[in-house]
Amino acid sequence: MKLDAKSPSGPIAGRWDRHKFEMKLVNPANKRKYTLIVVGTGLAGASAAASLGELGYNVLNFCIQDSPRRAHSIAAQGGINAAKNYQNDGDSVYRLFYDTVKGGDYRSRESNVYRLAQLSVNIIDQCVAQGVPFAREYGGLLDNRSFGGAQVSRTFYARGQTGQQLLLGAYQSLMRQVHEKTVTLFPRREMLDLVLVDGKARGIIVRNLTNGKIERYAGDAVILATGGYGTAYYLSTNAVNANVTAAWRAHKRGALFANPCYTQIHPTCIPVSGEHQSKLTLMSESLRNDGRVWVPKKKGDARPPAQIPEAERDYYLERKYPSFGNLVPRDVASRNAKQVCDEGRGVGDSRLSVYLDFTDAIKRLGVDEVKEKYGNLFHMYKKITDEDAYRVPMRIYPAIHYTMGGLWVDYNLMSNVPGLHVLGEANFSDHGANRLGASALMQGLADGYFVIPYTIGHYLASSPLPKVTTDHDAFKQAADNAQQGINRLLAVKGHRGIREIHRELGRILWDDVGMARTEASLKRALAAIPGLRDEFWHSVSVPGSPDNLNQSLEYAGRVADYLEFAELLAFDALDRRESCGGHFREESQTPDGEALRDDANFTYVAAWEFKGVGRQPELHKEPLEFEEVHPTQRSYK
Amino acid sequence: MRLTLKIWRQAGPNVAGRLVVYAADHVSPDMSFLEMLDVVNEGLIKKGEDAIAFDSDCREGICGMCGLVVNGIPHGPDRGTTVCQLHMRRFKDGDTITIEPWRAKAFPVVKDLVVDRSAFDRIIAAGGYVSVNCGGAPDGNAIPISKDVSELAMDSAACIGCGACVAACKNASAHLFMSAKISHLALLPQGQVERARRVVQMVTQADAEGFGSCSNEGECEAVCPKEIPISNIARMTREYLRAVVRI
Ligand SMILES: Cc1cc2nc3c(=O)[nH]c(=O)nc-3n(C[C@H](O)[C@H](O)[C@H](O)COP(=O)(O)OP(=O)(O)OC[C@H]3O[C@@H](n4cnc5c(N)ncnc54)[C@H](O)[C@@H]3O)c2cc1C
Ligand code: FES
Repeated sequence: MKLDAKSPSGPIAGRWDRHKFEMKLVNPANKRKYTLIVVGTGLAGASAAASLGELGYNVLNFCIQDSPRRAHSIAAQGGINAAKNYQNDGDSVYRLFYDTVKGGDYRSRESNVYRLAQLSVNIIDQCVAQGVPFAREYGGLLDNRSFGGAQVSRTFYARGQTGQQLLLGAYQSLMRQVHEKTVTLFPRREMLDLVLVDGKARGIIVRNLTNGKIERYAGDAVILATGGYGTAYYLSTNAVNANVTAAWRAHKRGALFANPCYTQIHPTCIPVSGEHQSKLTLMSESLRNDGRVWVPKKKGDARPPAQIPEAERDYYLERKYPSFGNLVPRDVASRNAKQVCDEGRGVGDSRLSVYLDFTDAIKRLGVDEVKEKYGNLFHMYKKITDEDAYRVPMRIYPAIHYTMGGLWVDYNLMSNVPGLHVLGEANFSDHGANRLGASALMQGLADGYFVIPYTIGHYLASSPLPKVTTDHDAFKQAADNAQQGINRLLAVKGHRGIREIHRELGRILWDDVGMARTEASLKRALAAIPGLRDEFWHSVSVPGSPDNLNQSLEYAGRVADYLEFAELLAFDALDRRESCGGHFREESQTPDGEALRDDANFTYVAAWEFKGVGRQPELHKEPLEFEEVHPTQRSYK
Repeated sequence: MRLTLKIWRQAGPNVAGRLVVYAADHVSPDMSFLEMLDVVNEGLIKKGEDAIAFDSDCREGICGMCGLVVNGIPHGPDRGTTVCQLHMRRFKDGDTITIEPWRAKAFPVVKDLVVDRSAFDRIIAAGGYVSVNCGGAPDGNAIPISKDVSELAMDSAACIGCGACVAACKNASAHLFMSAKISHLALLPQGQVERARRVVQMVTQADAEGFGSCSNEGECEAVCPKEIPISNIARMTREYLRAVVRI
C-alpha cells in the first residue's frame, strides 16, 4: 500500500490557501442531498457537525453520553494556543509552527502543523464571537498565559475551565443546527462498526445504549471524532467511558492505525491513592507558571516539606533546564519526576510523588491573586486529597493523559479508507511524538471548524457516490457482526470482574509500555497481553441482558477492544527503536539521560494494517520530510 | 468503613422501582462516592447479578453526567460538589445511605439511577446560543469587554447542566439552569442581538418540557455543584419582562 499524504508543495505559508483554491466545491443547493455521519461531540465532533450543518449538509451526529455537551473535551482546564501575538512578545504563526514541530520531536508533518498554526488565529475569533468568556485584562482585551515548551505567552483561557467553555460554545452552535434541522442528534449511541460499500465508508452500526437495539445509519461519508485511547492504561486523566472502540473497529475494517506508541504522560496529576481508584485527576499544566517543582536532596527524607530547609531541596527542573525551568515540555517533566522517584527521593506515603510548591508565588502575588488564577484547581485538589495547597505544597505524579497516535489521515484528514475522515485526538496528525500543552483544543477546533468543511466538499464532489441504503448486504453483515460480539460477551458467564481485568491490563501497560520502555519490557508486555485476553474471554462476568441499558456490557466491549489494541501499542513501541517525545526507549538516550532520536532510521510515521487478532500487523511507512525546521537534538536547557 | 446502602432499583422507564438494601464493606475514606459504588457493582458482577446503573464520565466535577440524590440531597452533603467529587471521608463507619435518582417529570428514569435529561438540550436548542456561522468572525480583540463583566458572565457560564437544581426544587423548575445561560449571553455584547428572542424561546421550551415554575425557595442554589447564584433567576425574570414588553 502506498501512503499518499497529499501534502501540498510550494512555500509553506501558501500551501493551505492554494489547496483550498484547488479543491472542488459542492454547489450550495446540492449540499442538503449529502448525508454526513459525525461520530463524537467533543471539540472536534461538535465543531465539525455544527459547521457542516451551517453549510447545509444533512448531518447525523452520535455520542455515548446523554448529551453532546458531556464529551471529555469539557474537562480540559488550562487553555488553547493561538499565534495572535497580542502580547507583543515575538509570537507569530511561524513560531507556533516551529514550537509545535520541535515540541513533537520532529515526528509530525510540516504542512499539517503549519496549517494548524495559521488556523489558530481564526479559532479565537470564532470562539469570542460565540460568546466564550475568555479571561480578560483590565483594559478589556484578551489575557494570555504561558504553557510548557514555549517562551511566549500565547495561551488563551477561561479560568481553569477552558475546555468547558470552548465545548459549550461548539455545543451551542451544534444545538442551533439541531434547531434548524440540519443536524440530527443521536445521544447514548455507541459505534460498533464501520460499514464499507465498494471500498468506501458509507455508514456505521451503533448500539442504542438505552434499549440495546442495534441500529444502522447510512451516509455519503463518515467522520470519526471519538477521542483518544488513554484509558487502555486503566488509570488516566480521561473520562471513564473513553474508548478505542470506534477507531479500533474502523482499523479492523482497513483503516491504518498510526504511531500508537506515542502516548503522553502528563507531569502534574494527583498521585494514586489506592486500588479502588477509577481515574486520575489532572492539575493543569498552567500551575507550572507559578508553582515550583522540588524533592528533597536526600534519599528517603520523610520530614514534612516545611521542615526541609531551602538548601536541602532540589528544584530539579530549574537546576537542569535553566532556560525553561518548570515550564519544560511534558515528556521532559514527567521523565524527570520518575527519575527522582526511582532514585528514592519521591515524597508522600507512597514515595511516588514530587512537590509542586506555591509558597513563593503566594509571597510574590498574594493569596488572592493565586486564588483568582488557580482557585478551582486548589479546590479540586483539596476535595480529592483533603490537603490545603495554600499551606502545604501539592503532591503530583505523572499520569497517562493524551494519545498522539490515532488513525492515519492525509492532509485532508481522510484515512486510507475513502470517505472515512478522522478528526481531533482520534487521528494521529499534528503533534508528532509529543503534544505541547494547549494544542489539543486548538487542533480539535481547527479540524472541525476550518479544515473538514473544505476537505469533505472536495471528497464528495470528486467521488461517485451512488445511493446506498441500510438494506444493503454490507449493513446486514456489519450489524450481525456487532450483535454476535455482544452475544459472545454475555455468553462467557465467568466469575471475574471486568474492572479487575482492565486494571490488570493497565498495570501491564503502565509498567512495561509506560514512561520508560525497553526491548525486554515490551517483549514482556507482548507475552502477557494475549494471556490476559484469553483469561478475559474465559472468565469475565458480564451480567444483565442485551436489550436494555447495560453498562457492564458496554464496559466489557470496550475492555475487549483494549485487550486487542494493547498489543498493537506495544508492538509499535518495540518496533521504534529510538526515543522520541513521549516514547522513551532506555536503549536510546544521550549521556545526560535525554531522549535520543535516530533520525536516519525512524523519520517516518508508522502506520499499521490489521491482519487479524493476535497476528503481526503490517507496517507501512510514511516518510517525513523537513524543509522548514531542521531536526536537532531537542534542548530546553 | 462498613456502610448500609439503600439504592433505588428500577428495571426500566415504565416499571415500578423500589429501594434495595446492599452492604458495602471495606470502604476506604479516600474513595470517591462513585468508586464506592464501583466496588459494590464489581461484587454484583462477579456474582452474575445486574449491576446498579448510574451515569458518570469525567469524574472530576465538570461534565455534569453524574447525579444522585444522596440521603435526600442532590449530589450529597458537600456544598459546591458533584457526587463524583464527594469522598467517603465525609461519612462514618456504620452509616446508612439512601441513594436515589433525580426525580422530576421532565427527567424520566431510564434505569435505576439513570435519568433522561434531553429536555435540557432542547432548551438550549430553543435559543441558548449566539447565531454566528463559522467563518467571518471579527478579530477577538475587536470588542473590548470589561474584566468585571466577563468574570460575571463566566460565573454563569460555569453551569455544568447536571440537573441538580431541578432535582432539588419542589416544583422541578429549570430556572437556575436556564437563567445561567441567559445571563451568560445577556451580559456579553455578543449576546445582545438575540437577547429578547432568546429568553422568550427558552422559557417557552422549558414550559413545554414540563418543568415547573420558580417560587424562590433557593433550594437550587444550595445544591448547585458550581454554586451558580440565584441572582441569575432574578436577571432572567428582568430579561423576560424586558423582552415581552418589547416584542
Ligand atoms: C483532564 C484533561 C485536561 C486537558 N486539558 C487540555 C488543555 O488545557 N488544553 C488542550 O489543548 N488540551 C487539553 N486536553 C486534551 C484535550 O482536551 C483533548 O485532546 C480533546 O478535547 C479531545 O477532543 P476530541 O473532540 O477529539 O474528543 P473528546 O472530547 O474526547 O470527544 C469524544 C467524543 O466521541 C464520542 N465517542 C467516543 N467513542 C464513541 C463510540 N464508540 N461511539 C460513539 N461515540 C463515541 C464521545 O461520546 C464524545 O462525544 C486535556 C485532556 C484532559 C483529559
Ligand atoms: S462525572 Fe462528570 S461531573 Fe461527575
